[in-house]
Amino acid sequence: MTEPQMINLALAILFLPLLGFIVTLLLGKKVKSIYIFEVFIIVLAFAGAVLMVFTKLSYYPNSDITSEFSWINLGNVPLLGNTSIDLGILVDNISVLMIFVVTLISMLVHIFSIAYMEGDKRFNRYFAYLGIFTFSMTGIVFTHNMLMMYIFWELVGLSSYLLIGFWFEKKSASDAGKKAFIVNRIGDLGMLSGILLLYTTYHTFTFSQIFSQIAAGHLPFNSELWLTITGILLFCGAIGKSAQFPLHVWLPDAMEGPTPVSALIHAATMVAAGVYLIVRIFPLLTSDALLFIAVIGMLSAFIPATIALTQNDIKKVLAYSTISQLGYMVMGLGIGAYKFAFFHLITHAFFKALLFLGSGSVIHAMHHEQDITKMGGLRKKMPITYATFLIASLAISGIPLTSGFLSKDGILQSSFAFGSLTGHWIFAFVGFLVALLTAFYMFRLLILTFHGTPRDQHKYEHAHESSFSMAMPLVVLAVLSIFIWYTPNPFNPEQGSILSSWIKNPQLVTPQDTRFNFMKSDVPNTITTNKASEASGIMYSEVYNNAIEEAHIPALTLSLILASLGIFIAFVFYQWKKVDVDKMVNSIKPLYNLSYNKWYFDEIYDATIVALTLLLSKFLAWFDLTVIDGIVNGTAAITLEVSKWSGKFDNVVVDGFVNAMAYISGFIGLIFRRFQTGKVQTYIVLVIFSLVILLFIFK
Amino acid sequence: MNVYDLIFYLFAAITILSAFFVVTTRNIVYSAYYLLFTFFGVAGIYVLLGADFIAMVQLIVYVGGILILLLFGVMLTNKITNVDIKSGTIHTVPATIGVALFAGIILASMWNTNWKNVNSDMQVASTQHLGFLLIHQYALVFELLGILLLIALIGAASMARK
Amino acid sequence: MIHVGLNHFLVVSTILFSLGILGIVSRKNAVMVLMGIELILNSANINFIAFAKFGNFGFQGQIMALFVIILAAAEAAIALAIVLNIYKTFSTVNVDEIDTLKD
Repeated sequence: MTEPQMINLALAILFLPLLGFIVTLLLGKKVKSIYIFEVFIIVLAFAGAVLMVFTKLSYYPNSDITSEFSWINLGNVPLLGNTSIDLGILVDNISVLMIFVVTLISMLVHIFSIAYMEGDKRFNRYFAYLGIFTFSMTGIVFTHNMLMMYIFWELVGLSSYLLIGFWFEKKSASDAGKKAFIVNRIGDLGMLSGILLLYTTYHTFTFSQIFSQIAAGHLPFNSELWLTITGILLFCGAIGKSAQFPLHVWLPDAMEGPTPVSALIHAATMVAAGVYLIVRIFPLLTSDALLFIAVIGMLSAFIPATIALTQNDIKKVLAYSTISQLGYMVMGLGIGAYKFAFFHLITHAFFKALLFLGSGSVIHAMHHEQDITKMGGLRKKMPITYATFLIASLAISGIPLTSGFLSKDGILQSSFAFGSLTGHWIFAFVGFLVALLTAFYMFRLLILTFHGTPRDQHKYEHAHESSFSMAMPLVVLAVLSIFIWYTPNPFNPEQGSILSSWIKNPQLVTPQDTRFNFMKSDVPNTITTNKASEASGIMYSEVYNNAIEEAHIPALTLSLILASLGIFIAFVFYQWKKVDVDKMVNSIKPLYNLSYNKWYFDEIYDATIVALTLLLSKFLAWFDLTVIDGIVNGTAAITLEVSKWSGKFDNVVVDGFVNAMAYISGFIGLIFRRFQTGKVQTYIVLVIFSLVILLFIFK
Repeated sequence: MNVYDLIFYLFAAITILSAFFVVTTRNIVYSAYYLLFTFFGVAGIYVLLGADFIAMVQLIVYVGGILILLLFGVMLTNKITNVDIKSGTIHTVPATIGVALFAGIILASMWNTNWKNVNSDMQVASTQHLGFLLIHQYALVFELLGILLLIALIGAASMARK
Repeated sequence: MIHVGLNHFLVVSTILFSLGILGIVSRKNAVMVLMGIELILNSANINFIAFAKFGNFGFQGQIMALFVIILAAAEAAIALAIVLNIYKTFSTVNVDEIDTLKD
């Protein structure tokens, strides 16, 4: 396949879901089975993605295929030079891997939804929304510039809003949709400012052009501080979209949407868009920006993990675990573990989608019961769901032989190395602590749901294993959560080609003295756009590689011990009931309440930001009513006085003249109105006479 | 004065007389019947001019189609109880004067113009030639007219239904 | 008496045309107006064919006449629909009573 063909394929993958969306939306009410078309379109897009990932990785593993066109050409603007806004497609290893994940999960969710959403009154519209979501996510993945990224970013926000609030008759669902939309806007504001900062400095939105200009030493406002600020502003978008620490509050509420949607959007793809954004802009992040990102990631990994310990809603637990895992990825990027973070993004997408779809299967079987305290013993009723759920839980806890172990261990190992190189041990500490917590709450969830005796006998009686179209995606995702797809050695992910040759460390473009020490090149002044050096992925000095090498065994051992410990505690508490949980809870009541009430984030926001906004609005209303209206009324009074005088002039002089004109016109009209009878035939007679006269004249 | 001339005068007389009655008869139904004779006369003139196919079309389309349509129009727009369907005239005098003047001018200019006058003897099979022209030189126009007729049909139906 | 030539046909056509206009102008009934229009179209057709014969234009004139007939058919259908609409709106087809154009 040639490069233009690859671009065409990418465009086809991009626009197929849009076609599906339009057709499904327009025909949704008329044709009951139009959803089959949408599913077919997604299967087609997935087939395209498979072809693409295969071709790209086998034949063009080291080159980036781009295609761009000038969208708006402003010509030669004074002071700015030649400005044009280009749109384009970038097909590199990262984007093809991402597109594979997106289309695969989208396809599985489509298939899963056929059974899950059966009987819904807006069935076809649901599929249409899935289509536009897939379209916008594909757009984010393939974009080669900031502007398109932003456009599709907002489109993703829109489709997420539509899908979260899909059951908008429920107040909580429509509120959750609004909350997600508004909270995302806060982050997007930062991102937009960052993009505009970049545009004012570089007059282009294209990643590669921005990077090469930074590499040439051209910084925003000629200051390294502003480069840091730009990076952090762009990261704000990721904070919103990936539900990172201060803005994470929307994600748990977003669980009001249908469960397959949660799997698609709030586990695997949309929230991954934030991480993908950081991956894209990684080369321009300075060490300060990276440190900021790492801190945000660390907080997002830790706080939701503690909240997840006590939640009873099956989807809420998964939601908090998602934030926590995203925090891992963001922290990983912050501490420079670029490859592992992206790797974790892929593996997490699979097993988290599996967890959500599994929970969807449970919820469906339990007739929309989501409270795990009312479940239990489902293992016997739903063996496939149980087995796949178990695999996913092992993966997220980081047990060997699963994909989660590989990626998570990579991040932990990097945090270990980061600690030893920079002295910031806090990241390693929190990382390992969260690993323990994760293992605990995941197995608490698993045990309460599937083990033990049923606590709600009635619902248990009616529970049943899901149909083929729901079980099939579970099995596929469970298979993808096994290590073998990523590396032949279950203890060393670096041996698999995904990390050794597909994902490459990017070439940093930031000035040397704004990097971490270990990120400085060994050879000074190697800032080039040379393809060869980019392809080899030179990013770190030898020191870092050594540190990673040293950290491998201790990190591995420690994470294994902690994960097993977490699982063991979960079993002690909930399976064997050796410790009375209620007593435990009572002894640490304040801590338990803190966790159970989600650290009071919503309450704090209500009391501060929301209240402040309301206060500000009230003040503005008051300002509007007194000051602005006062000015307006004053102006009105003055105008009234002026008008009186002008009115007199009008009445006497102007009107006199006008009336005279009207009188004359009326007099003339009186004569000519006789010709206007309104009868067609009179007109024709007149025409004939006129014609005769004309013929006489021009004979 | 040969037979050709005789036939011409016959047809011309039929045409003009019946056209005159069309315009002057008060009863609309009679008018329509006189119109029938006018069309016959015109068709005869066509034959004399060597356009036998056009004459045929004239008979079929005008007499068979348009006249019937007009009769329908008469019947549909008058109340059934109104037995003698009559219709008056308006400003007859100015109209007649104007039209007479107009006709005079046209005739005058006609006599004064030196027309190209080559009496080509077209006693060939005009139908064949017309068919050839219709599917070669005028194929596009022919098709477009077909579409036009379709549109007119649909338009007329939808307008009349409202 | 002179031999029948182009001018004879033109005279017939002219008279037909004038009668057509007279019909359009002086008759009250809308259907009669339509009949006048048909007369005018016929007179034009006679001209076409006469000129085609005496001007030696081959069959072009006849083709034009054919097209005129087709157009006349379309026109008659549409005009009749309009007349029916007028009848529904004003309950009459007398064009002299329909003078809302005045307002």
